[in-house]
Amino acid sequence: MPSFVNPEKCDGCKGGEKTACMYICPNDLMVLNPDEMKAYNQEPDQCWECYSCVKICPQGAIEVRHYADVAPMGGYVQPMRGTDSIMWTIKFRNGNVKRFKFPIRTTPEGSIKPYDGKPSPGADQLDSELLFTETADSARATCKPSDFA
Amino acid sequence: MGLPNKPTWELLAEPDLSKVAVEEYNYDALIVGGGMAACGAAFEIGKWLPDGATCCMVDKASVERSGAVAQGLSAINTYIGENTPSDYVRMVRNDLMGIVREDLIFDLGRHVDDSVHHFEEWGLPIWKQKGDEGKKLTEGGKPVRTGKWQIMINGESYKCIVGEAAKAALEEKGYDLHERVFIVKLLLDANKENTIAGAVGFSTRENKVCIYKAKAIMVACGGAVNIFRPRSTDEGKGRAWYPVWNAGSTYAMCMQVGAEMTMMENRFTPSRFKDGYGPVGAWFLLFKATVTNGYGEHYVKSDAAKAELAKYKPYSESAVTPTCLRNHLMLFEMKEGRGPIFMDTAAALNAFLEQKKAEGMDEKALKKYWKELESEAWEDFLDMSVGQAGLWASMNIEPEKVGSEIMPTEPYMLGSHSGCCGIWVSGPSEDWVPDEYKWGYNRMTTVNGLFTAGDGVGASGHKFSSGAHSEGRIAAKSMARYIRDNADFAPSLKQSEEELKEEIYKPVKVYYENYQKTTHEMVNPNYIKPRHMMERLMKYTDEYGGGWSPYYMTNGKLLEIVMRHLQWLREDSEKMAAGGLHELLRAWENLHRIWTVEDHLRHIQFREESRYPGFYYRGDFMQVDDKGFDEGGWKCFVNSKYDPNSGEWTCMKKKCYQIIAD
Repeated sequence: MPSFVNPEKCDGCKGGEKTACMYICPNDLMVLNPDEMKAYNQEPDQCWECYSCVKICPQGAIEVRHYADVAPMGGYVQPMRGTDSIMWTIKFRNGNVKRFKFPIRTTPEGSIKPYDGKPSPGADQLDSELLFTETADSARATCKPSDFA
Repeated sequence: MGLPNKPTWELLAEPDLSKVAVEEYNYDALIVGGGMAACGAAFEIGKWLPDGATCCMVDKASVERSGAVAQGLSAINTYIGENTPSDYVRMVRNDLMGIVREDLIFDLGRHVDDSVHHFEEWGLPIWKQKGDEGKKLTEGGKPVRTGKWQIMINGESYKCIVGEAAKAALEEKGYDLHERVFIVKLLLDANKENTIAGAVGFSTRENKVCIYKAKAIMVACGGAVNIFRPRSTDEGKGRAWYPVWNAGSTYAMCMQVGAEMTMMENRFTPSRFKDGYGPVGAWFLLFKATVTNGYGEHYVKSDAAKAELAKYKPYSESAVTPTCLRNHLMLFEMKEGRGPIFMDTAAALNAFLEQKKAEGMDEKALKKYWKELESEAWEDFLDMSVGQAGLWASMNIEPEKVGSEIMPTEPYMLGSHSGCCGIWVSGPSEDWVPDEYKWGYNRMTTVNGLFTAGDGVGASGHKFSSGAHSEGRIAAKSMARYIRDNADFAPSLKQSEEELKEEIYKPVKVYYENYQKTTHEMVNPNYIKPRHMMERLMKYTDEYGGGWSPYYMTNGKLLEIVMRHLQWLREDSEKMAAGGLHELLRAWENLHRIWTVEDHLRHIQFREESRYPGFYYRGDFMQVDDKGFDEGGWKCFVNSKYDPNSGEWTCMKKKCYQIIAD
């Protein structure tokens, strides 16, 4: 089910530094045509349907058409991803519609401070098998098979 | 309209090498990859490298959505919690038919929960049991366990969260991150024998070759996908179960510099919802669904199934049947003409409703309960395999009304999920670890300074996302130790800048020298397109190497034929042609695929038994021979080594030690 771009909605991310779909696609599929200022999927049969481009597109211009060699036509799945949750609309071939909403994260995007309040072990700890966060409480991390015999 | 003998790629590759930029970098530590393992390494390494040290992470995609977790996940499959690392070893050992590195698995088991706790701290929503909502795991919050090891999550943004933490860690330490640079080759040191010195790759965004020198390198860029003919061969081949961008780069690059490989005969052929490859774990474990054959029979309980399983004692006697043997039973039914196999989703969901009715739940509460159940069932797909939800929508499938087909997929190679192929690495330097398993630096390969994690580490499956992250951390700390111990080492490369540039851009040269010699760029006797290379590889591995079309069956004769084809493929890879940067990416990926599959099939050739019935069979050696290394049997590792000096490949047996009692 490769992704496709609606030319009426795609604005090529206005020629900014970053074309969102091109930035995010894990398989290097989405690409911007700078003459038309429109993006497209340059290799649809290598699309994993991961929806990364669909979720990130600021214009909501990207959808997915189910794999032509697999799926009967008419099914449709479209997300709206917010900062803390995602809404899904699922339309069936027979017209039925289902909607679901799920949480996606409990902290604001960009707020992670990975080292705040974490130990900074000295070089003398480098020869142990402890990870840096385990140097404070190492009971589990230093166990051996004989502890569970 | 012009003739179709021109490149149509948006970003064209530059045939004039003088216009291709070269950037050279020198780091203490280099992390190749951007998935869970690499992100774990990025998080850990900054706390161990000395001040002033340098480090760079190189990802061929964007860390925010790269690797196997790019799409998200609905569960974390390795959380030890109230269990013990020893029990974790027992589970992994049995599922992988006895031959595993227990030191690595135990080591992972004692560290993995720390990564999970950090995911939750960073913002990953982890389901909690009623009454414990809002309570973190570290505060004693009880997770919703679906099995002994699995916990449920709202994991749509799992990778975004873990990636954000990795990027923030790199930034805080002043380390570099290069995205959209595809590392394609590792480089050995010019002076020091068997020692890593660098890596080379190229940008997929501009015509630029990137050469890295580093004292220590971790390679963690996933497993291998699109190496056997997929069941869907047109657009649907993108809907691989494992991420379609995993091209075996980890294995190929490490074996090319002489890293010893282990258990490369192992593969994973998951049974998943047919064509959409949606996960089945939650259906089995959370919703307690059962599988039936085409006639509605619970075939796993049949006498015929029991007789089949009896052939594979002691592994089949465990409370949980090994994954490969579950496949074996499924294939047995299909071959006997009793297919297709169904997941009885309707019976499972309705059983929950019936139970609540019997408990006296009123209509209104029942309706609410059903909404929650339905939502959980769909979230399982929407979090990690949206395509399956799309396929159900396309086929009007409502799981409470009708079951869905289950099918074993095409084979994949990986070391972090329910498979265990990969690289032979050192375990921890502790007394309880056998001497043959350790050589100083935990998770270092047999090449000095070359480390791996996640899918890269062999004989140690069932790490999954959380285990890959913590293994990246283990490897990163070890790299810091290696860098400290080799502080005076100044890596020097054998190849010049120009030589490397020419090698990386060779497919571009081949293309532009020949593309106008015919009227269609896809049909040209002077070159082969990466697309065709991959299709040819998948055709022959499927037909001769035990793909899905012969029901995963091969034998010595068939393997001889496929080895010949692989030799031709390797020769023809010299004529791969790339007109655009995207196509250059594909050319190098396919070279990695060819090497990976060759090693896979060499191992299958060497191991004269069928250790993983349901994943592959040697028709000429159908038995599992459980005699150990000392008795000349096959309950031992098969390792292989490519010698970068002579170009020769050798396979050997290695003794497998049982560390944890039964």
